[in-house]
This record gives sequence, C-alpha cells and structure tokens, in this order.
Amino acid sequence: MAEIELLVNGTRFRFDVDPQQSLLSALRDELDLTGTKYGCGEAQCGACTVLIDGQPARSCVTNAASAAGHAITTIEGIAPDGALHPVQKAFLDAEAMQCGYCTSGMIVEGVALLRRRPDAGQGEIAEAMEGHVCRCGTYPRIITALRLAAQAMKGKQG
Amino acid sequence: MSGIDRREFLQFAGGVIVLLSAPPLVAQESGRFSAHPVSDELSAWLNIAEDGTITVYTGKVEVGQNARTSLTQAAADELNVAMESVRLVMGDTDVTPYDMGTFGSRTTPTMVPQIRRAAATAREMLQDLASKAWSIDPAAVVVSNGKVLDTQGGRSATFGELTKGKKLVQRIRHDESIHPPQKWTIAGHSLPKVNGPDFVTGRHRYAADMTRPGMWHGRVLRAPAFGTTLTALDTKGVTPMGGVVVVRDGDFAGVAAARAPLAAQALAALRPQWKGTPQKSNSDTIYDDLRKRTTPVLGGRTEGTNYGSLLDGMAAATWKLERTYTVAYIAHVPLEPRAAVAEWTDGKLTVWTGTQRPFAVRAELADALHVSESKVRVIVPDTGSGYGGKHTGECAIEAARLARAAGRPVRVVWSREEEMTWAYFRPAGVIDVRSGADKDGTLLAWEFHNYNSGPAAIRTPYRVENQHIEYHACDSPLRQGSYRGLAATANHFAREVHMDELAQAAKIDPLEIRHRNLKDARLRAVLDAAAERFGWGMVKNAGIACGVEKDGYTATCAEVRVDGGGDVHVVRLVSAFDCGAVVNPDQLRNQIEGALMMGLGGALFESIGFRDGRIVNDRLSKYRVPRFSDLPQIEVLLLDHKDIPSAGAGETPIVGVAPAVAGAIFAATGVRLRALPMIPSGAVTADLVRQ
Repeated sequence: MAEIELLVNGTRFRFDVDPQQSLLSALRDELDLTGTKYGCGEAQCGACTVLIDGQPARSCVTNAASAAGHAITTIEGIAPDGALHPVQKAFLDAEAMQCGYCTSGMIVEGVALLRRRPDAGQGEIAEAMEGHVCRCGTYPRIITALRLAAQAMKGKQG
Repeated sequence: MSGIDRREFLQFAGGVIVLLSAPPLVAQESGRFSAHPVSDELSAWLNIAEDGTITVYTGKVEVGQNARTSLTQAAADELNVAMESVRLVMGDTDVTPYDMGTFGSRTTPTMVPQIRRAAATAREMLQDLASKAWSIDPAAVVVSNGKVLDTQGGRSATFGELTKGKKLVQRIRHDESIHPPQKWTIAGHSLPKVNGPDFVTGRHRYAADMTRPGMWHGRVLRAPAFGTTLTALDTKGVTPMGGVVVVRDGDFAGVAAARAPLAAQALAALRPQWKGTPQKSNSDTIYDDLRKRTTPVLGGRTEGTNYGSLLDGMAAATWKLERTYTVAYIAHVPLEPRAAVAEWTDGKLTVWTGTQRPFAVRAELADALHVSESKVRVIVPDTGSGYGGKHTGECAIEAARLARAAGRPVRVVWSREEEMTWAYFRPAGVIDVRSGADKDGTLLAWEFHNYNSGPAAIRTPYRVENQHIEYHACDSPLRQGSYRGLAATANHFAREVHMDELAQAAKIDPLEIRHRNLKDARLRAVLDAAAERFGWGMVKNAGIACGVEKDGYTATCAEVRVDGGGDVHVVRLVSAFDCGAVVNPDQLRNQIEGALMMGLGGALFESIGFRDGRIVNDRLSKYRVPRFSDLPQIEVLLLDHKDIPSAGAGETPIVGVAPAVAGAIFAATGVRLRALPMIPSGAVTADLVRQ
C-alpha cells in the first residue's frame, strides 16, 4: 500500500492505494466518486471512461498510482459550476438513455470527442464511440445528442 | 390490515391517504406462482401531504423501461398537477405494497390504471373537502393545475390548504372512473425521464454505488465448474492479513474486508478443494441433448393447441415442409452487473440491490438467512437494466451473509465474468415445424414443437384449421430464466422463417403469404404500415416479419447488405407497433429502438458457449453485443389507438428482428438460415451455406 496524490476534478486527494489498484476502484471505492461505472473490467464497454489530462481513458485498466500527477476529470467534474455541460443537456434533450448506466462514460467520451472534433458528423461520432456499449440500445439517440451538443457548442463559440 | 397499513401510513401526520386494493385480476396474477397472501393486499397507495406533495407508492421498479416516468404521468394526469408535484416511491418492501415483480410488460396494463384509480379517488376527496368548506355543490368544484377551484365563486385552494389538520384515509376497490385516453393531458405526451438530470451528472446511485458508514467490500469464491461442490477450505493464507472476515457455509465461501483490494487479495489467498463431475452437455451438442432431456411441463401448461386433423390437412396440401430451427443460450449482459449492499441493524436486514422482483428477493433473503420476512427490507434503486435477467437475489444473499459475519454493512458487486456465469441465461431451444399449404399458400396444417425455449407466443396468429402446437420442457444443462420477450423471439423466428419458406415453395411474395393467412385486423395494419414505409417490393435484400405478443402488435422490415466476403450488414430496420393508447410516444420509440438493437445481437452473433461446466465466453471481449457500428437506419411507426387500453411495450418489438433479417439474408444470398445466432462469425460462410 502506498500513499498517492490524485488531482480529481480540480481537487487534490491524498490517500492509500494498493499497487495493483485500478483508477476506477480508487475513484469509486476510496473517493466515493461513483458516477464512473464498472461494466467489464477489460476496457470493452467504456462505462468507466474518465479524462486524464483531457484524453479519454478506461479507468478500469488504468493503474491508480500511475495517474498521480495528471489531471483527472470524471462525470462529476464535467460541468464543475453545477450547471449542465452542453453534452449533458443534449443527452436529456435527445432522451439518450434508458437505464442510464452507460451514460457517464458516453458523456465523458463525447465531451472529449467534441473538443477534438467540434464538427464531428454521424460517421465520425459512431466511430469514436465504438468502444462504448449501451445494452439498452440507445445508440441512435446518443448520436443525435452529440450532434445537438456540437451545434449548441458551436453557437456559443460563434 | 396488511403490514404496510399498520407500519407505515399511520406515521403521516395528516393529509389525504388513498389505499388501493388489488383488483381481482392482479390478485390472481400475484397468487399464481406464490403463496403470498393476496386477499387483503394493497396494490398501490398514494399520499397528499399537508405541504401538497403527492407521493405514490408502488412495488414496481425502474430498470430503464422508464416506468418511473410513465407512472408519474398517470398520477399527474389524474390529479391535474405538474409532473414535478408527484414523487414516486418504487420497489421498497417496507413502504411499497407487495408486487410480484416488474416483468412481462405488466406495468402499463396493470399498474397504470391502479395508480390512476388511487389518484382519481384523491381528486374526488379534495373536491369533496372543498365543497364542504365552501358550502357549494361538489359539481362546481374542479381540480386544475394543482389547485382546487370554485368555478362559480372564483375561490381556490391548494391541496395542502384543504387537508390541513385533517387526516383522511380512504380505502378503495377498483371501480373509480379514471380519465380515458381521449381526455389525457399529461399522459399521451412525450415527457422526459423524470430523474434524467441525476443520470447525466452521475449523481444517481445504483445499487453498486451505494455506500453506508463503516461499509466493507465483499467477494465470493466461485466454483471452477457448474456441478462441483466445496469440500474443504484452507483459510491459512488469509489469517495474517488481518481485518478480513471469511465466511464458509456449505458451498458458499466469501470474504469481506475494509478495502476492496484487500478483499480481492483475501479471496485469492483461499485454498479451496472442489469435487464433482461437470455436466456432459456442451454448446456443440446442446440441441441433440435437449431433445433427449424432456421433462413434464410444470403445471401441465404447454400453452399449445390441438385441433382439426393434421393428417387430413397434410393430405390435402400441395406444399409440404418440415424444418428445424434452433436458438442458442444468450446472456442478458445488463451493463450494471448484480450488486448489493447489506446492513444488519438490531437483527433487521436492509439490502439495497438491483432486482426486478424486490419482494421475491426479500423471501429469498429470509429463507437463506433464516429470519422472518418482517425482518428483511429490500430497497431497489433505479437499476442499470435487467431485460428479464434480474429476477433473483443471489448477490443480495451473498452481501447479507458477509455483512452478518462482518458485523457491518458489506457491498458485493459481481464482476462481468460472475454476471455471465452465475446468473442465468435465455433458454436455448429446438423448434420443429411441419406444415402444409394449398397451391396458393393458404395454410392447411401446422405442427409446431418447441423444446425448452419456452411457450411464449407459441400459438400462431395465422388461420389454420388443423394444428398441433406444443411446448416441451427440458432439463436444461445451464441455469435459465426470463429474458426480454421470453420465448416469443424463438417462436416468432421459427414461425416467420417457416412462413417465408412456404412462400418460397409456393413461389409467392413473403408479404403476400402473410396477407393470405392473416385475419387479425390490428396485425394486418402494422404489417401494412411497416411494408409501406419500408417500400416493400422496391427494396432488394429485404425481409419482413410480424407477430402479436402481450397485446402488442408488431411488424418489422429489414434490409441487409452482403459484401463479397459474405459479411452481413443490417442497413435498415422499419418497425410498426400498436400497443393501444400510447402513454409516452418518445419513450415508446426509445423502447422500440432499443428492442430492435438488442434483437440484432441475438439474431446475428450472440451465443453462450459452454463446455465442461464452464462458460467459454464469459466476458465482453469474447461475447459480442451490438455496438455503434451495428446500428442500422431505424424507423419506428406508432399506431396509436386511443380507444384501446394501453399494453406494455418493452418486450414485443424485439420479436420480429431475427426473422425479418433472416428473410433479408435469404433475399441477398439465397441461403436460408435457421439457427440463432445466424452469423456468429459476422459473415454468411461456406459452413452456413452447407447447413
């Protein structure tokens, strides 16, 4: 066991982790940040997606200690001021969920995608989201949501 | 008075309380499979507090089908209040009335009208209060926009102002008049998921996210194969770790520790000994095995039919066919695996867990932990999906055992591998169909035998005078259970593909053979609606299927593209659906789209492999589920019938996908695929052509 310092959603946390412990387990089990979900444990479903220095990463296969010194953003920190991020709002507007369990990962990945590619079209969105599973099958709505968000964000910038 | 009356509603200081007894049909349903007393049972209840807050209590649970929203709409609609004024308490065995479970698409047809009746009674009580307070004719009092209004004198009062200081309890039966769909103002509209913001912010806590003060983390030792038992357990490796509790009770062994990694290390340090012979069947021999493993059908209900004379029908037939269809075991793969947090306080157990049957899980817990049901409370947070896969309480029991031993709350979250091994599967099945039709494709004889997959939707909606239909139960080598649509998917696949095969024999169009044999007007209507939108007859590589199940009428058209290597892509699906009066059009579309996507998995590539008592593909890297790249263009047509009571809709739209895609693959390749999944490798290969 070793003490690490993680910067999560702008806050520094010092706590003990196991050498093998995943970032997902550290966030959920040590920091009680449960918006990030476990779905498969092998980077196949995307439910555990967080941003590390702005890049989407699967926290279930990321070692917690290795994330020290990097800025981690979870779903709880996507819109830090308490308002909704345009991607979050778009998921509501498009009703892009059923059970909602995949939603955190989808939104975090979507935020990263639209930062990288503000003009992403349907094909590019589907390709970027391929690593995410929505077992309820709301894929068409998630694509609609991300396109709505892209438009909304563009409007803001313009 | 039931336990709920005594324990809970008396605590309310005042306001309006409506207790609704279960209507006879529901009582019958509830009693069918359980010994639970239903005679004096409540089915729903509602409270309007002094501050005007309306709280509705139901034993149904939310698993992504958006029942929380549709039930809130029902109450708000009946009381003429904003959605935000209504709070729905779901699936909490201490405060919500007994409910058999959330399955079978029953929430809309049974719980919606009950909540409406409770709300209608409350509305009438408020009107009555106002007419007395204002000394006016009750007919002059209306409830509108969350207020009670005097239509003559112009006075108004909030609900809370009327009930202040009073405690009014009314117990009702089931004959209150409720708003017909033509008068709906809140129901019938596309309102968003009521607690949607909690999901997009990550705030909502599923069972796997629950924490309690002092909570530990639990892990469970798993047998190396089905059919093996634990004979010895060496825990010496765990002892030096400290701060770990080990529990052994028969075949159950598990550990709990303050920190999740420590629990994992302790589990790894256990040295168990197992004995037993793994079962012989495997996924390569399963269909032959099932035929040899028939057992009497529970209760003798084969759900089949037997009339006319197959012999005469076949003798008169021009076209005669005999075919066999198979469906594989598949996994539900709810994205939230089974999870539970258990806490014992003064001998009383509280468990938060994701399940479709909180009251059944309460009974399981009481039985396994040897306590009375009154000492067990099960609370179901809105759950990360179920699809029929979360009827049971394995994980809840495990958490409860560990929590009792640890003397503190314990959380157990199943890994994906545990979920895909130790839960249960959609049954595999073999279906034999023999049919005869006249020269024009009119059915004369129909014989249909389903082995193991189940009796749901086993009867044919096509008119045929000579028929024998039968479900044969089997001793399944794998643990099996409910799944979205149950066996309706398998039975529709066999029936609808067979209709296509008859059409091929008689050299008529697949749509035409259905027209010739269908009398049901609602089914014909969805069939024609789907065909017209799809452009049937103008699209190459097209397939069509239809069916009725759980009072929902569905038709599906599919278009595929098959490239040079035989790779199959479903490029377009059109689904027409009629479930009576539509409660929430957008949520209904959402469910249909989801059912189509989920249906693609079972149709094309999902299949559980097993050998030597082990699941071969127990993880997502080995078990393919539909992804974004599998998404076809989807078009959904809703046939709304305000004059027909609403049926449930979460399941039935799945049944047409596989046969419609099968028809489209045949149109594209000339290969008739009769096994689900149809293209496990993703392509129509030489292997498949030979079959």
